[in-house]
Amino acid sequence: MSRAVSDVDARQGAYRAPDAEGYFGPYGGAFVPETVVPALEELARAFASRDDAFRQRLAVLLRDYVGRPTPLYLAQRLAKATGLARVYLKREDLAHTGAHKINNTLGQCLLAQHMGKRRVIAETGAGQHGVATATACALLGLDCAVFMGVEDIRRQSLNVYKMRLLGAEVIPVEEGGGTLADAVTAALRHWVERVEDTFYCIGSAVGPHPYPLIVREFQSVIGEEIIAQLDGRGAGRVDAVVACVGGGSNSIGTFYPFVSGIEASERPLLVGVEAAGLGLDTDRTGASITVGSPGVMHGFYSYLLQDEAGDPKEAYSISAGLDYPGVGPEHAFLHDEGLVRYEAVTDAEALQAFMLLTRTEGIIPAVESSHALALLPRLAAELGPDATVVVTVSGRGDKDIDIVREAGL
Amino acid sequence: MTEAAKAGLARGFANGPALVCYLMAGYPDRATSLACVRAAAAAGADVIELGVPYADPLADGPVIVEAARAARRGASGGFGLAETLELAAEFTGAPGGSDTPVALMTYLNPMLRLGLERLAETAEEKGVGGFIVPDLPPDNPLAARWRDAALAHHIDTVFLVAPTSTRERLETVAAASTGFIYCVSSVGLTGERESVPPLLAELVARVRAARPQGSDVPVAVGFGVAGPEQAAAVARVADAVVVGSAIVRRQADPEAVSAFVAGLAAAVHAR
Repeated sequence: MSRAVSDVDARQGAYRAPDAEGYFGPYGGAFVPETVVPALEELARAFASRDDAFRQRLAVLLRDYVGRPTPLYLAQRLAKATGLARVYLKREDLAHTGAHKINNTLGQCLLAQHMGKRRVIAETGAGQHGVATATACALLGLDCAVFMGVEDIRRQSLNVYKMRLLGAEVIPVEEGGGTLADAVTAALRHWVERVEDTFYCIGSAVGPHPYPLIVREFQSVIGEEIIAQLDGRGAGRVDAVVACVGGGSNSIGTFYPFVSGIEASERPLLVGVEAAGLGLDTDRTGASITVGSPGVMHGFYSYLLQDEAGDPKEAYSISAGLDYPGVGPEHAFLHDEGLVRYEAVTDAEALQAFMLLTRTEGIIPAVESSHALALLPRLAAELGPDATVVVTVSGRGDKDIDIVREAGL
Repeated sequence: MTEAAKAGLARGFANGPALVCYLMAGYPDRATSLACVRAAAAAGADVIELGVPYADPLADGPVIVEAARAARRGASGGFGLAETLELAAEFTGAPGGSDTPVALMTYLNPMLRLGLERLAETAEEKGVGGFIVPDLPPDNPLAARWRDAALAHHIDTVFLVAPTSTRERLETVAAASTGFIYCVSSVGLTGERESVPPLLAELVARVRAARPQGSDVPVAVGFGVAGPEQAAAVARVADAVVVGSAIVRRQADPEAVSAFVAGLAAAVHAR
């Protein structure tokens, strides 16, 4: 299957982003203090020099430790309830640690080991990336520290406890709104101080080059599996593929194999779903592409929620994983090129979808993933009752039980 | 003084080791920050580095982060790049304007928001002689665009080198910097440290050697200088000393700034 993808790729030669400096069109790049520039160069070299032994080791871990391939599940009761012919769920919630984040942290922590770094730091919003990093570090015998905003620590206490059980130090970040953006800033600042012995494991498709490329590479297993699994069961024409977008790691992993490996005429509609928060017309939103404008934050150029003076604004979403004022630079590029469509759904719509999947299929999704699921009724209205849609369920919802309870469901 | 001689930052380095004083614009409020800038210049600062308050300061330590936050919160309508340019204009402009050159230290995004070409033009009008942009590496495509715009308006652009920089990076930074080269003394964020790093002389020598043939762009050392003793030690090996957090910590009181800068200036200029 992955052979078929690369054949098409070689024949077509169309999608080649990023360039050598890490630019996806105008987006991406590396806007960082000089202190960490050599570390980014070293990382890019280590990433480029992954050999067969590295790939083999990661492949075995993904199969035997993570439990890949994750199922592609035909959700018939959900399809009926949303007015679609078929809905397939890509079950990243069934991956070890309960979300797609482990795909990337195993890859990056193996890189850290390969580079001789004994200490790994990470940022986390919902805590899924923090747990996945702590897990990979426990497995590989690396020291781990995770930066997490105090508001997110409050919202995601279960994951905080899990990280500590796994041996990680959780460092509370009080600055700003105490959410994901503040955790990224704190982790980057800490990296500037400890760059010589520390590997920064970024969890989303954001940050300075080469991080967006690295995260895409390690998450693309999601989309590659979807394509293979659809082929394997003769699913026929797929009309749309949907994933939620915060920084954009599960979505880039879902979309990239479609964009790079399938000709435009054969390609389903790709839809990224941002968090509208309380609404796009309010100040309480996380929809960077939908309502933001281009700027630099956290070392890269992309769409950004910012004020008149160019200060990043606080984002808001009920979901800690989508509560981020920026978005991965490749998404900005895919948006501008018209290769992926981006929409936004509110907290309320996401909670409704959360309940719908829980009650129709007995699957409790993460509130992040619920944003992608919330698009199904809209797609039914647009594509009609014969349509087939694939949704990436990026994670499971155990961590969100308190939030959902607070919301009165 | 002719207009051309007033441009850029060079005149601040004309008389031996120079003292570069960083102050946070708008902190604790606009009037006090202006009084502190004037006090620092009068007490012997050779170059004023004005920090632009920003919400996401990746390279700065706790003192400057907190001052930036207070400046942004304190002013109604916020305090950012536009307000800092106005403050610089009041410091340099007639009547009674200062001849001490002013550089702005700002992160890139507010510059992009204003527009690079427009910013260079405005900065020249306001009497700003240079820019230090910690999150803009010199080999970035936007760095070239900014440098061109800045040079057209007689504005220097200072890039930073770090102890982690390879020889190749040092050469890139040294070739791109005008005004001075900002040498970060040790790995980490801005802020006071207990001592001057033992390998500083070697680092400065590496930076000097990386300059293009015939270039004598001054090498300034910053990050970690806490008082006169360290300033004197740095001045023995570098062309200039940058002091930031130790001044910002005193910015509530222009007289305290004046006394502290006078001590630094005596230590730096004694050489």
